[in-house]
Amino acid sequence: MHGLINRAIQCFVVDSYGSETWVEVTRIADLGFVEFESMLTYDDDVTPKLLDAVSHVLKRDRDEVAEDMGTYLVSHPNVEALRRLLRFGGVDFVEFLHSLDDVPDRARLAVSDLRLPGLELQDHAPGQFSLVCHSSIEGYGHVMMGVLRAMADDYGVLAVLEHAGSGDGTETISITLIETEFAEGRSFELGARAG
Amino acid sequence: MTELEKLAPTLDVLCPMHLVLSDTGTIAHAGPTVQKLRPDTSLVGQHFLDVFDLKRPRAITKISDLRANAGTKLHLQLRTPPQTEIKGILMPAPVPGHSIVNLSFGISVVDAVADFALTSADFAATDLTIEMLYLVEAKSAAMDASRTLNLRLQGAMIAAEEQAFTDTLTGLKNRRAMDHVLARHVECGTRFGLMQIDLDWFKAVNDTLGHAAGDYVLQNVARIMVEETRDSDTVARVGGDEFVIILPYAGAQDVLYNIGQRIIDQVSRPMMFQGDVCRISGSIGMANYDPKSSKTVAEIMDDADVALYASKNAGRGRQTVYDPAMRDKVVIANDPATPEVAEQRSAGLF
Repeated sequence: MHGLINRAIQCFVVDSYGSETWVEVTRIADLGFVEFESMLTYDDDVTPKLLDAVSHVLKRDRDEVAEDMGTYLVSHPNVEALRRLLRFGGVDFVEFLHSLDDVPDRARLAVSDLRLPGLELQDHAPGQFSLVCHSSIEGYGHVMMGVLRAMADDYGVLAVLEHAGSGDGTETISITLIETEFAEGRSFELGARAG
Repeated sequence: MTELEKLAPTLDVLCPMHLVLSDTGTIAHAGPTVQKLRPDTSLVGQHFLDVFDLKRPRAITKISDLRANAGTKLHLQLRTPPQTEIKGILMPAPVPGHSIVNLSFGISVVDAVADFALTSADFAATDLTIEMLYLVEAKSAAMDASRTLNLRLQGAMIAAEEQAFTDTLTGLKNRRAMDHVLARHVECGTRFGLMQIDLDWFKAVNDTLGHAAGDYVLQNVARIMVEETRDSDTVARVGGDEFVIILPYAGAQDVLYNIGQRIIDQVSRPMMFQGDVCRISGSIGMANYDPKSSKTVAEIMDDADVALYASKNAGRGRQTVYDPAMRDKVVIANDPATPEVAEQRSAGLF
């Protein structure tokens, strides 16, 4: 698994719960080290072990933790770069949803050995979508739930999200747009210097 | 509605960075994005070449020349700050006498979006600018992460080198390793002989023939020392041209003496490096560590150093066994011929 994924989990725990909690997580997961490097690759079995350890230490459901992590990735100032990269996907939330299919390819353009799970948006009716996440890691759908929730806030959109079940290595999220101009949303300047 | 007015809405969407120029070069219409470059004044009515400085092709100074060279790639620059560089291309418009110039930021786009607070809506849907900006940010973020990793690895490498026990040039043990070996011998109560060896005239080789020659000599010397000692002995390079040999369980003094003499004989032989002759020699000071005596290793090292000093004073290229009397008197060179040779050699006469 790419170091960026494990590093993201580390940043989430450290920024949300402090470094002592993180050290405890690495101890429970029996890592033998405390720092993940973004640009190195780790064994695939490290990530699920890590997620279990986080859930154990925080005494919270793994799905719940996964969703919090998704929200963190888009809304915490320490990982602003990621939010900006996602915002490049579209001028409005619907365009953003449609850009999700390209996320693995976009990620690979930036970091050639980063393989993100496949995403597939399906249109059902105006304002009615479902997102199919193809992932080898259970709970990726919940991470995406968190990401989508935070991005809806970012675009100032009111949307109802529901984890519609999993199976065959896929998880499905149903997305219902209630209002597209619900709130102001956060600003996004192409040139980060501007504004 | 004139022909021009009919054209404008289409061009505004397809190429929001276009200008329509009249036959005199006055801007008749400006696309919405290009107007953002000069938010305080209307571009319409201004002369194209008053707003933009045409950098290339240099030969063109008049609007009629521009029209005659339609289709040529134009390098433009805004005349007033921010003096953004802009690429352009001009073609005749379907309206007689008029031309259309389409503009693009080219590589200056990263600064331009910030300078002019541009958004996705300012670029045509088919324009790759947004993708390019995405890539610039994504690559910068990835680069930052890589840089962090490199810095960490560099730190780890320096730490590892410090901890390493090998002198990378010669493959001998380094001072750190020597300290460990000495400490182990003391712990085990092992008797050992200690040689401090300095190369003579090594600096002259380095200075006259260069560092490559110096490195070659050091490697040769290292090989000789390893060959002339036993596997159980420790040969360490502890300075530029300073070596220490630890000889545990060394027998009689003459055994040590023979080893020392063979080393001096070997290193004193001229060495050839890329057609140049490198001549050096070695001076040795010897002392013995006896666990039964009250002397510490540091004192023995110092004794060997005093003996080495005596060898140097006596004309170099020789060895001296430590004698407490050496500390009481200044050792006078007993071979008046050698220092002269030494002087000649260090003056680069060989």
